[in-house]
Amino acid sequence: MTTDAADSVDAVGVAPAADPGFLQRYGASIEYILIPGAALVGALAVFGGFVAIYGKNPLDLYFYMYYGAFGTWFSWQNTLTRAAPLILTALCTALPAQLGMVIIGGEGALLIGALSATAAALAVQGAAPVIVQVAMVIGGVIGGGLWIMLAGGLRQYRGVNETISSLLLVYIALAILNHLVEGPMRDPASLNKPSTREIGAANMIGSIPGTDVHWGLVFGLVAAVAAYILIYHTTFGFAARVAGGNIRAAKIVGLSVGRLILTICFLAGGCAGLAGMIEVAAVQGRTNANLAAGYGFTGILVAFLARQNPLAIIPVAILLGGISASGGLLQRRLGLPDASVLVLQGIIFVFVLASDALYGRIGFLKGKS
Amino acid sequence: MADGSIGLWTVPLAVFGGAIRVSTPFLFVSLGECITERSGRINLGLEGTLVMGAMSAYGISYLSGSPWLGVLAAGITGALLGALHAGICSLPRVNDIAVGIALMLFGTGLAFFLGKPLIEPTAARLPAIDFGWWSDVPQLRAALRINVLFLVGVAIAPLLYWAFRTTRWGLLIRTAGESADAARAMGHSVLLIRLRATMVGGFLAGIGGSFLSLFYPGSWNEGLSSGQGITAVALVIFARWDPMLCLWASLAFGGAAALGPALQSVGVTSGYHLFNAAPYILTLAIMIITCSPKRTLTGAPAELSITR
Repeated sequence: MTTDAADSVDAVGVAPAADPGFLQRYGASIEYILIPGAALVGALAVFGGFVAIYGKNPLDLYFYMYYGAFGTWFSWQNTLTRAAPLILTALCTALPAQLGMVIIGGEGALLIGALSATAAALAVQGAAPVIVQVAMVIGGVIGGGLWIMLAGGLRQYRGVNETISSLLLVYIALAILNHLVEGPMRDPASLNKPSTREIGAANMIGSIPGTDVHWGLVFGLVAAVAAYILIYHTTFGFAARVAGGNIRAAKIVGLSVGRLILTICFLAGGCAGLAGMIEVAAVQGRTNANLAAGYGFTGILVAFLARQNPLAIIPVAILLGGISASGGLLQRRLGLPDASVLVLQGIIFVFVLASDALYGRIGFLKGKS
Repeated sequence: MADGSIGLWTVPLAVFGGAIRVSTPFLFVSLGECITERSGRINLGLEGTLVMGAMSAYGISYLSGSPWLGVLAAGITGALLGALHAGICSLPRVNDIAVGIALMLFGTGLAFFLGKPLIEPTAARLPAIDFGWWSDVPQLRAALRINVLFLVGVAIAPLLYWAFRTTRWGLLIRTAGESADAARAMGHSVLLIRLRATMVGGFLAGIGGSFLSLFYPGSWNEGLSSGQGITAVALVIFARWDPMLCLWASLAFGGAAALGPALQSVGVTSGYHLFNAAPYILTLAIMIITCSPKRTLTGAPAELSITR
């Protein structure tokens, strides 16, 4: 009787936050929001100080950053348009991370994806727009996928460090792109800015009705959700996480680690390749050096800030898309160089990594065990 | 050749001159990274350090009129970035590779930000020593105009080789890299050893950057470094963490990087961009050949996360 009464008193009279069971259950999840959030605030504070040294008012900075990123419908659309490729390039880092691999070559896969998507579109030019678009998706995914699969294969079969090889592949991809757009694939009419021929206005993928945000955002959202389901709700994803946790154990239970690595790397590169395809089919209309805009590198930051979780990538990509969207306004209103966005991204990255040391150390989140 | 034309000899000569010119940043970054990696930590952020070094050297040289002050400033900037890397890495559960990626982006961004006003002005450049005074062939004279920093780098490589083998400092760094526990048992702070090794590594990488802006190409712009830093990090693996092999590998890479411009100078322009990618392709090819999934690399520091 007495215990029953005590239980009911507990249940009624105590707020859930004070219940040690609540913290034990959700403490870890709270950490995953609280710590990166704190790192973000710290990074913004340091950047504010940096801008103050530069002679600008940090409060103006925060206002224009907010205004340029989320202040108006126009800036929201700009933010979401930039978030689309970031979601996809972040997946290029986050998917291999499940296997314990650090792939930072999303930019290269994006460029190769853009090239192969353009090549596919030009190959089937004249067909119905739907067919051209499907060809571009297939081309982009296969091109980008094979590019990162190369890094994964080299790691698995030759022991080549995938971080370095994937980054080297970025520079090789850029050289291939420059070579092709200035040589074999060049449109003779593109004089000042060497480019491939245009894929044609009819074949562009267009905007989501009622907005200026192109359909690439939907591609990104679908890919992120699909990646989440793949990693957390399928046996394949479970096997990948087992292999990422302990590769020896994975081999003992008979998992084919090589096939896991190749498949995951293909999917990861495919996502980045899709980002390249979207940049061609929704923004540029052709392939040229404009595509190397750094989405691949920002995607690495997105993946780390989201702690390699495919679902968390979506809000983080929107946040960083917002930061880059506000860059133009910072340039015009505050006279800050366009590289200020890069500086802020670098500071955020440093803070997020340093904050890794905090996990499991925040006293009040530990609960009682 | 009375008319001074040396025909196709231009290409090997330009590659030779280019090997010396272009290899200098590779040399400094790889020697710096060699020290850091020997202590058991990898700093992928040297790409950012290189760009920051280039920017600060150019800025200080422009403001002070002395290129050597610029070189010093570049080294100090690099050491500070190294200290930042080591400081974050000494926190528990922080991955040194990830920190390196962060500092690569941070260093590049900061250099572009601070370097905006430096794109226009011209700074005092580093001098070169003319070893080709005896020749009448202009291409040969150009190839033999050797910069002082290259000679410094060539001197550092054997010095480092000797220091690793015989000095107390070299032994401490190697101990920290082979077994942190052993270094701790000897009563040394592994974190402190690695902090110093990373700072010295950053110092050298920063100097490598100063070469880019103060000698060749010899100006500051945002396209100055395109992956030389990361190529040099890969080069250390290929050089088996041996400073002398770093020297030879840097020369080979410099030659590869000079191939594109050399061919262009004799009129071979097709595939220019592909030839420019030669150092990266060469790095990748060498890593494919020398790495193996079965064993760890000979000479690899046991504490290094990249080889485990």
